[in-house]
Amino acid sequence: MATNSNFEKYKSNGSILGGLLEWVDARFPATALWRTHLSEYYAPKNFNFWYYFGSLALLVLVLQVATGIFLAMNYKPDASLNAVGVPVAFASLFYITHDVSWGWLIRNMHSTGASAFFIVVYLHMFRGMLYGSYRRPRELIWIFGVVIFLCLMAEAFMGYLLPWGQMSLWGAQVIVNLFGAIPLIGDPLSIWVRGDFVVGDATLNRFFAFHVAAIPLALIGLVVAHLLALHEVGSNNPDGVEIKEVKNEKGIPLDGIPFHPYYTVKDIVGVVVFLMLFSVVVFFMPEGGGYFLEYNNFFQADPMKTPSHIAPVWYFTPFYSMLRAMVWDLVLPAKFWGVVAMGGGVAILALLPWLDRSPAKSIRYRGPIFKTLLVIFVFCFLVLGYLGTKVPGFYLFGYQPATNPDGSIVFSPLNYLLSGDLIAQVFTGYYFLFFLTMPWWSKIDKCKPVPERVTWK
Amino acid sequence: MHKLKTLLAALLFAPVFALASESLHLDSAPDVSGDKAALQNGARLFVNYCLSCHGASALRYNRLMDLGLTEAQIKENLMFTTEKIGDTMTVAMTSADAKKWFGVAPPDLSLVARARASADGSGADWLYTYLRSFYRDETRPTGWNNVIFANVGMPHILFDLQGEQTLGADDKLQPAANGALSPQDYDKAVADLVGFLTWMSDPQAEFRKRLGVGVLIFLALLLGFAYALKKEYWKDVH
Repeated sequence: MATNSNFEKYKSNGSILGGLLEWVDARFPATALWRTHLSEYYAPKNFNFWYYFGSLALLVLVLQVATGIFLAMNYKPDASLNAVGVPVAFASLFYITHDVSWGWLIRNMHSTGASAFFIVVYLHMFRGMLYGSYRRPRELIWIFGVVIFLCLMAEAFMGYLLPWGQMSLWGAQVIVNLFGAIPLIGDPLSIWVRGDFVVGDATLNRFFAFHVAAIPLALIGLVVAHLLALHEVGSNNPDGVEIKEVKNEKGIPLDGIPFHPYYTVKDIVGVVVFLMLFSVVVFFMPEGGGYFLEYNNFFQADPMKTPSHIAPVWYFTPFYSMLRAMVWDLVLPAKFWGVVAMGGGVAILALLPWLDRSPAKSIRYRGPIFKTLLVIFVFCFLVLGYLGTKVPGFYLFGYQPATNPDGSIVFSPLNYLLSGDLIAQVFTGYYFLFFLTMPWWSKIDKCKPVPERVTWK
Repeated sequence: MHKLKTLLAALLFAPVFALASESLHLDSAPDVSGDKAALQNGARLFVNYCLSCHGASALRYNRLMDLGLTEAQIKENLMFTTEKIGDTMTVAMTSADAKKWFGVAPPDLSLVARARASADGSGADWLYTYLRSFYRDETRPTGWNNVIFANVGMPHILFDLQGEQTLGADDKLQPAANGALSPQDYDKAVADLVGFLTWMSDPQAEFRKRLGVGVLIFLALLLGFAYALKKEYWKDVH
């Protein structure tokens, strides 16, 4: 029989299950799939701590889909007010947490899962930067990853509207208004996105549709593509060497071990540790200190009452800081440049495979320039994230700047050094310069010789 | 590489040191979460004083059985607007009427104890401070104002219990007329009411935490097995 697979078909040992598998295998590449992606997918043996986050991201995706299905059974995307003046959508949320059996658990898992998703994905991306996992031949894996990250942001943003609390409504209002900054087509575009002149019932319904169907489908498809591309070229590792270059007589990489059972049993350890941290939040601090669930979002949405401070959820705040850092009207309004900065902050990641010209992939063999600049980069990103949760005009350490009689800030070093707005501008500048100047500094950095084989460190 | 890791760890926590900012001073609410008698008293106060205007539409009357009350006790003492024990705690007036009469519809209080939390303190702290911070202000249509909720729409509904306060020149509250309760008893009553509001916003909180302990113990055991399994499989990887 002609076959597309290099693997041998399963031959039954005569047992019933064996016979069934033989029957299936003659019609579907079951054994071939199992071998290609698990039992005969050879991964480098030296994966370290940073390599848990890929499988954890997959776990969180499954958790979000599973809990999301049960939430959708009881949730109502309806912005109209019920008889006692509570929006139906908001009321359906507390129906879930108060009345539905185990609804509180499902809800806490889903809301915590959103933040957990970003935590593991940010760490997963950082791993890629540490070990040069985006470099040739893994450019497409990285690009699929960046698109997954974008989809994840869209998914989280639209999902955050659904509880129909104050932050849901006003956060969405602020972000959708950003489309208005695009010249010519801006205003009609934002009306088209909302389906109304303000964020309302039409917006809630379409965001629900996107959140539960369109984006999850795209996400799952992209994750499959991400994994297929990974399994085509093989995994990178903390040494950044290609294990496929040194193979034994059977064609198996000498430094490779089958993903199953080695990494499946190892990942179980990671999964259990993750679930412990996850459970601490789900069971003991579901609001995550106001960062995972913003307190203000326990107030029902009220289009007549604008909150004094509209802050996005923590995982958007680094990019939100970049948006706010743009305060100059250069030909086009500052808001437009803010949108460019925010979108550019994500998009520039996709160029990383071509910006990095270093001879070594892994930080283990890269020079002092990269190490220094990367540390500053991480610091800037974290501070941008912190500042994004603060009101504009925020000063570090509770500092109160001296002002002139006309209200402007006195020109003095401290008034500038501690200004959140100014720091955000400088750090946004650094974020982009880090990438844009990379082709130059990554080339001249003094790298150490890269070994032929992987090491244990 | 090691130095780099230390530096990264230090950077990760750096923003924590930058947390200071202007804040509202809130009195900390006594924790009555395990005290059934206090929560029952809070339920009584809620039904008698709050439920005339504010609903708690997330809560069904029979949920109060979790506080150790029987169905008969609930029906006799706490249900005035409905006969059905499975109904939610709602007010008789419609929110549209309320808006016409008061200018704003009194908000549903189901989740208020979670919504009022902030960096300044828990939602319970805010409510505990708020309900003890009303003072006489003749410039307001209701005759009342509040220290932490300026120009609040609600009059001091518990004033027959607390009596009256005025705002001194130093912005400190002064007692002006006695109510039915001594200041200590009033604080206790407010603590009970706030305890009830907190319970209501998350009625499974106690169960959730107990279950959480069990889940963590289970996961800790599972971690032991998972680690042993990993060790066993990885013996031959060099």
